[in-house]
Amino acid sequence: MKTYTRTMNGWWRRNPFYLWYTLREWSSFFLTAYALVLLFGLARLAEGAAQYEAWRASLASPGAVIFHAAAALIVLYHAWTWFKVMHKTLPFLRIGARRVPDSAIFAAGVASSVVLSLLLLWGFA
Amino acid sequence: MKRSNRPIFWSLFGAGGMLSALVGPMLIFITGIAVPLGFLLPRDTMSYERVLAFAQNGFGKLAIFVVIGGFLFHGLHRIYHCLHEVGLPLGHGWMAVFHGLAALGTLVALYLLIVIG
Amino acid sequence: MNATNGKVIAIECLRYDPQTDDAPHYETYQVPFTDDMSVLQGLQYIKDHLDGSLTFRWSCRMAICGSCGGMVNGVPRLSCETFLRDFYPEGLRVEPLTHFPIQRDLAVDQTDFLVKLRSIKPYIIPEAPKPVTEGTFLQTPQQMDEYYQYSQCINCLLCYAACPQYGLDREFTGPGALALLHRYNADSRDAGKAERMELVNADEGVWGCTLVSYCSEVCPKSIDPARAVNQNKVESTKDYFLRFVAPRRNG
Repeated sequence: MKTYTRTMNGWWRRNPFYLWYTLREWSSFFLTAYALVLLFGLARLAEGAAQYEAWRASLASPGAVIFHAAAALIVLYHAWTWFKVMHKTLPFLRIGARRVPDSAIFAAGVASSVVLSLLLLWGFA
Repeated sequence: MKRSNRPIFWSLFGAGGMLSALVGPMLIFITGIAVPLGFLLPRDTMSYERVLAFAQNGFGKLAIFVVIGGFLFHGLHRIYHCLHEVGLPLGHGWMAVFHGLAALGTLVALYLLIVIG
Repeated sequence: MNATNGKVIAIECLRYDPQTDDAPHYETYQVPFTDDMSVLQGLQYIKDHLDGSLTFRWSCRMAICGSCGGMVNGVPRLSCETFLRDFYPEGLRVEPLTHFPIQRDLAVDQTDFLVKLRSIKPYIIPEAPKPVTEGTFLQTPQQMDEYYQYSQCINCLLCYAACPQYGLDREFTGPGALALLHRYNADSRDAGKAERMELVNADEGVWGCTLVSYCSEVCPKSIDPARAVNQNKVESTKDYFLRFVAPRRNG
């Protein structure tokens, strides 16, 4: 039987839902780059004070600050989506006979993130 | 059908994803914006002495190792999918390259944390 | 087809005739309509009055049979429960379900799904046969709740048209079949989980999913296939690591 198969070219542009998904997935480039920034800093730290201070100075350059601002925002979006779909990886949780609503799992995720982030800020200070 | 080894890498992807969802945005803000610009936190928060002391302490070593390793395993796993999704001809076998890079970065972090003392 | 109040809507249809065409093209039809007319009724008007050669599948007209799925302005929908009035006056574009090969016009080749549906063993496999004389299987409301939503699937394939991973890799078992697989694994009367885990654990099983979760958005029966698939990633992960700790029941 002769059939016609359509291509997947530009599929992510076909629907806004796919664009948001793609943004979520592309957050990984920023997260990976950030991990490499930290790894690089760790290497400089191991080399000595002068090398580490040079790395630290480079973090204050406009390019580095713009990168980190963009990375913080896109990773924040990743965090939001992560908690949004978290219930899908869990079995149905029940309290007594009632099923825990998906929105409660999302709220618990966001709340933990806020508390841990504030603890982190406090830890650095 | 062949059992997939994905549970190993999905677990690492998930652990890194959870960690980055919990503290990622704040960590990037602190080390990339707040401290370098002296905004909210003083610039010497990440002075050589303080960060070295942190990296020489057991808890600090663990924190640095988990953040770098977790973010790399999460990030590179997704990067593989991103490249596959835009149409690059990367079969399942290519996934090993991306997981391998993550493992390499994690091992480098481990090595540095050991030599730092 | 009377009392249309003079309203006419433009329906742009994908057309493909395998005997004469190398690639599909679009044709636009001007269809008089009333506010209670579905997209399916619009297609039926075209077939009855404008072009008898237009091919499309339909049966129940009430979102039960799952035959009339298609892309309406790029979104997977059942054409019987999508209304022309919502697209007036701009008009709409109707295409066959994406990610499937087109047989003719709006009809797609479903063979790949049907093969996958068989592969998940979509029936209850009891621990031991139970004769009718021993009575029925009993189930608590909670046990029923574990699988009930997944049993509402009508095999309409909208979730497959929503899934880019299926479009990119036809080996992926896909949302609908995996949600049905979970429907049986989650049923307290079923003991076939170990047999089905072989598929779940494979690259072609749950691991083809990246949790786009658009499948769950488009499902006309409000099923959450993405949840079934991702819950089974956890199941597969447990199965992967626990086999080193605890011996498996059926060897």
